[in-house]
Amino acid sequence: MKPIRAATLNTSAARRPALIRANGLSKTYVTGSGEVAALKGLDFEIYDGEFVSVIGQSGCGKSTLLKLLAGLLACTAGSVELNGKPLRGPTREAAVVFQSPVLLPWRTVLDNVLLPIEFRKLPMTSYRLSAAELLDMVGLSEFAQRYPFELSGGMQQRVAIVRALVQDPQLLLMDEPFGALDAMTRDQMNLELIRIWSQSRKTVIFITHSIAEAVFLSDRVIAMTARPGSIADVITIDLPRPRDLSVINTDRFGRYAARLRSLLDARGGIF
Amino acid sequence: MPVQALDTRSSVPASETRPGVLRRYPQFTISPAILLALLGAWWLATHVLGAPTYVIPPLEDVLRAMAGGLSRSPWDKAGYWYHAGITVWEAVLGFAIGSVLGALLGLVLSHWPILGKSWYPYIVGFQSLPKVALAPLMVVWFGFGLQGKVFITAIITFFPVLVNMMAGYQAVEPERIELARSCNASALHLFTKIIIPSCLPFLFAGLGVASVLSILGAVVGEFVGAGAGLGMLLMQFSQAMEISQLFAVILLLAVIGFLMSHIVSLIERRYCFWAQRSNATARA
Repeated sequence: MKPIRAATLNTSAARRPALIRANGLSKTYVTGSGEVAALKGLDFEIYDGEFVSVIGQSGCGKSTLLKLLAGLLACTAGSVELNGKPLRGPTREAAVVFQSPVLLPWRTVLDNVLLPIEFRKLPMTSYRLSAAELLDMVGLSEFAQRYPFELSGGMQQRVAIVRALVQDPQLLLMDEPFGALDAMTRDQMNLELIRIWSQSRKTVIFITHSIAEAVFLSDRVIAMTARPGSIADVITIDLPRPRDLSVINTDRFGRYAARLRSLLDARGGIF
Repeated sequence: MPVQALDTRSSVPASETRPGVLRRYPQFTISPAILLALLGAWWLATHVLGAPTYVIPPLEDVLRAMAGGLSRSPWDKAGYWYHAGITVWEAVLGFAIGSVLGALLGLVLSHWPILGKSWYPYIVGFQSLPKVALAPLMVVWFGFGLQGKVFITAIITFFPVLVNMMAGYQAVEPERIELARSCNASALHLFTKIIIPSCLPFLFAGLGVASVLSILGAVVGEFVGAGAGLGMLLMQFSQAMEISQLFAVILLLAVIGFLMSHIVSLIERRYCFWAQRSNATARA
């Protein structure tokens, strides 16, 4: 693979049009015991081709934010624009990767990958080839006709990523996709994700509660405050790409991690 | 050498812990042994302990009665095939009607919670009613023919399927529905591609119970009044004190019930092969 992305990407980001623009984005849940504010007044922009992580303690509304961006939830105040148009419900331009792979056990790997095409009633024949290519990209072409229960956890989550990519979305929304994996598989998956991202040139919004993961993967990191979630700060990670795991041991990486830790610590700790 | 060392280490515990043929295939070794022991006890009771033949007929008498009953043509009303055919037909028809209605109503009541909640007390109430108590009423309503037996079988098989279908719907992982929504799936697709397949393990659990109950329904229906069927034969033989014949028909009913549930589990293995092996449905 060629290092497609230069380190200058971050500085040029501001000049490109915003793919997502959130203005005063808020979400309040109505429960039996009253109203719970999950998100309060979020303003941010995400540019085409960026890798942005959202980090915060559990319960800070990270997943709520992702569902708002996916169109799975409606916001109670503010607005989200995707490509300059207000977001009303799920669109083909935004695909979601969930915490668990959510593969259908009665379908083969290939049929799981093609599920969004079926749901969206797109022409199946024209997507079979790209599904096969994507499976090849994550090294699972031999498993196309296998069933999910024959795959390891890491392989299943790779299938879930391929399923999100198959409809060729602009935006990949990932909700702690590797949270359930063991540490070593997780490192591998992070490297794999960077590779997929650099090959497919998607915009990625990546929810995580791991500071190291956020710094390692991202162009920018949005740090959230505790509930009701709002933006504590946005950190630009100016580390050269392509990155490998050795970057974790550099001083700059350590400084970014410390900066994020202090942001999160100052508002309640993240232990 | 390390390779050798590894070999001996891995082979010794393997041979020690390798389970014997009894542990590996109890269904082909221990199960037939149990059957032989039971038949031996039967032989002992009749031939050595001298149990009266009107309590326990000798094994050979029962087998002779069975052979006599089964050697007749399927159209001969004095043979077993004719009556078995009628009973199975009643059971299968009632099972089909009851389980289809149970599955559909289970989906409807789960999908529209307002319907489910408003009907739930009546479903629970009717379910706690012993359905065989309705059998005499069936004679009044439908007479001695087929309909009454099909009706009682349908009612008996309806509930396990309904209840399991509703449990299955409740157990559909919310993430699967969210995945479908994130892909703008239509309501029909959500139903056919996510919800119904997700419910299958539960549906088959209900069908397994219902398949056995279907024979019960048909036989009870025949007890209260019928012109044909194995249930009617049972009544006739007990009144005539034909105990060997009675035993033969009971054995036949056991075999039919076993076959019915076996067919259901074969279909389950064909369409629900993924359920046992995937963690996703471990709750099922």
